[in-house]
Amino acid sequence: MDRVSVQTNVLNANQEAAAENRRVFASAETLVINLMSAPGAGKTSLLEATIRGLNGRCSMGVIEGDLQTDLDAERIRALGIPSYQITTGTVCHLDARMIARALAEFPVQGLDLLVIENVGNLICPASYDLGENLRVVICSAAEGAEKPKKYPVMFHKANVVLLNKTDLAAASGVDLRELEKNVREVNPSATVFPVSCKTGAGLEMWLEWLRQAVLARPLLQRR
Amino acid sequence: MVESYSSPMHEISIAQNIIEIAEAKAREENSRCIQVIKIRLGEFTTIVREALEFAFEIARQETLAQTAKLEIEIVPMSVRCAVCGPVTDPMREVCLLCPRCGLPLEVVAGEELQVEYIEVESEAERV
Repeated sequence: MDRVSVQTNVLNANQEAAAENRRVFASAETLVINLMSAPGAGKTSLLEATIRGLNGRCSMGVIEGDLQTDLDAERIRALGIPSYQITTGTVCHLDARMIARALAEFPVQGLDLLVIENVGNLICPASYDLGENLRVVICSAAEGAEKPKKYPVMFHKANVVLLNKTDLAAASGVDLRELEKNVREVNPSATVFPVSCKTGAGLEMWLEWLRQAVLARPLLQRR
Repeated sequence: MVESYSSPMHEISIAQNIIEIAEAKAREENSRCIQVIKIRLGEFTTIVREALEFAFEIARQETLAQTAKLEIEIVPMSVRCAVCGPVTDPMREVCLLCPRCGLPLEVVAGEELQVEYIEVESEAERV
């Protein structure tokens, strides 16, 4: 038997495709966010609130990833924002090649901001770079305070963590300070915003941060 | 460390990637039969060993790796503080704040997902 050295990252092909996407986004000067959470934590609600909050002050597009249906893309289009639905069938995450194929039909030229709403899942999407500039993870307070500890890889890789449904925290018996502490322990450098898409609490802080990130996109894209 | 009820599809696409990388290398070596694929799998990834082993059994069908053995070396997570150095305190759960000074810790190992080598049938074995 002959032993042949390989030394190749298993996700190499995805990372090459992600690097190409990142070049496309940089040349279009589009800030790209990979938005991830468990199912039902409020990704689409946050997008709707963000679209309303930005109120046309930057040109925005959305790519939606779901196993089935284009209901989420319809919710976004109803607010006048161009959106493109990727249905993954049985695949539990988006990968960089799916995004590259979407970009052929949904060009980003002219967009200041593209949000890619990943499949609702706190596990696999953590491993797949899509070429984004920022990773935003939503954790719903109603899911319990221990989620960041149970899914540490996802939270570790986030740039921003939004603690959503803060209006339900007390009713769910969740201490928001404990939830935030758990986020900090797996990711000391994350920016954390407690928000409620339902009541609007905390959203202005997130929106202000996002406006600044859109303005600073040439710097974020140079990293 | 990571809950293990993830969809098996996740590990299936990982298993397919492993096989594609191994097959490309085997073709470079003009081999049609891969006998061993050795990978290094970090503890601080989202991949569950048992699920990957199961997925590999399915994904290897009708490939050059159809009789190959998947050898998995688990790489433990290790962390380091820029001020205090390596942290050896056992971690009951992931906490990336230095237990001595509280500064953020750097993950220095445990994120690996790498094909190390393959073993293929040698010229002499091929009749």
